[in-house]
Amino acid sequence: MKELIEPSLGLIFWTGISFLILLFLLRKFAWKPILDAVNTREQNITAALATAEKARAEIADLTKENEKLLAEARLEKDRILADAKKTKDSILSEAKTAADAEGKRIIETARLTIETEKQAALTEVKNMVATLSIDVAEKILRRQMENKGEHEAFVKKHLEDIKLN
Amino acid sequence: MLISAFLSVFSVTPASANEPVSTDSTTHVTTGEGHEEEKFSPVNMIMHHISDAHDWHFFDLKGADGELHPVSIPLPVILLTEGNLDVFMSGAFHHGHSDVVKGDRTYRMDHGKIVEASGKKFTDFSITKNVASMFISVILLISLFGAAGSSYKKHGLGAPKGVARILEPLVVYVRDEIAVPNIGEKKYARYMPYLLTAFFFIWINNLLGLFPGGANFTGNIAVTLTLAVFTMIITNVSGTKTYWGHIFKPHVPLWLYPIMIPVEVVGVLSKPFALMIRLFANITAGHIIILSLVSLIFIFKNIALAPVSVGFVLFISCLELLVAALQAYVFTLLSALFIGLALEEPHHEHGAETAHH
Repeated sequence: MKELIEPSLGLIFWTGISFLILLFLLRKFAWKPILDAVNTREQNITAALATAEKARAEIADLTKENEKLLAEARLEKDRILADAKKTKDSILSEAKTAADAEGKRIIETARLTIETEKQAALTEVKNMVATLSIDVAEKILRRQMENKGEHEAFVKKHLEDIKLN
Repeated sequence: MLISAFLSVFSVTPASANEPVSTDSTTHVTTGEGHEEEKFSPVNMIMHHISDAHDWHFFDLKGADGELHPVSIPLPVILLTEGNLDVFMSGAFHHGHSDVVKGDRTYRMDHGKIVEASGKKFTDFSITKNVASMFISVILLISLFGAAGSSYKKHGLGAPKGVARILEPLVVYVRDEIAVPNIGEKKYARYMPYLLTAFFFIWINNLLGLFPGGANFTGNIAVTLTLAVFTMIITNVSGTKTYWGHIFKPHVPLWLYPIMIPVEVVGVLSKPFALMIRLFANITAGHIIILSLVSLIFIFKNIALAPVSVGFVLFISCLELLVAALQAYVFTLLSALFIGLALEEPHHEHGAETAHH
């Protein structure tokens, strides 16, 4: 029984030496590569997860951005259409107004021209009537020249008439 | 374990039977007829199995001459006697039948122990069964973990391949469940090589001890002492100011110092002592239980008891597989815990307390 709890020096020696050699060899050839690989892999996984999360967030942002842009574009389109309609309406109404005014102006001009022409024609007719009248009167007068007093009285009377005119 | 115990019961019987009368190793002979009458001694059988030996004994064969011949692997004997290094194979003793003479020194094998005939003192550095078993474990560990380590060079950082696939989770387990929680995220890396080596060294040796004919390496007090001393050295070398402060300047009134300081110093020594005893006792106890259960058959000399005995042995052997891993875990966990305690940094509460004192 005694040898059970009596440590033997030789076994301590060999165990100590072997354990230290084992520790040295395993540290160099096993623990370092294994732990390095595990740590690097864990870091990579963490980084990859973070990158994926970031990418996901970016995509979400992009989608939101796109939707915003789309909505804005739709609003812009509506606005442009509305503007165009308004412009069309205003152009139409302006054109209408302008056309009306132009028409009125043309009619007015025409009226004035007609009036002027009418006056001119009337004047001409008047002149012609006067000339004809004078001619007629002359012819009549030529025939009745013998009666001088009568003639002059007649002229006078006519002159007075003309003045009254 | 089962077979080894079974076989060795026969092999040990003659030796134990002769013990009360034998004074000389040369009388270590038993005839087949004498065997029948001899009383089976379970204590001797068990002691033989859990003790170290100079040869790796498997079983005894009954030769043509009716004598039992042990079948064993001889192991190197290395003795340092008064400055002389004597190296020879244990086979030279012929199982205690002959003496070995080296110069003026005559070595004799007496019940598994080497003695010098003239009483000269010597130191035994022999490659015993335990040492040989440990060498096997070292070769196994280096080849297994070396292969795992180099597989990362070959396969890069992808999923572990081959043996690394089995070993990597264990390594990660030691890191995440033993080292990091007890030592802390910042400082654990320095202690990983020791903790990993201790864990796998103890585990694989526990398992090798369960093999039929295996040695009781981790159930040897010299081994657990060596491992516990390593933990003690690492713990105290890493000890911070706070750790030493707790021992030599505890936060108690001055008049308690004569009590507290010895208590704390005993605490420093009792931690590794507990490590040593725990591993030794657990593994040895496991071996003793299995051997005792096998011995029942021979104590009662009744073959009808064999199935019961074997059933119990199977059950305990399964339990021992668990204990093998568990004790490796416990040793590593406590080592990490002790290192973690030695690394403690001053807390603010303590600082406030000291200010009050």
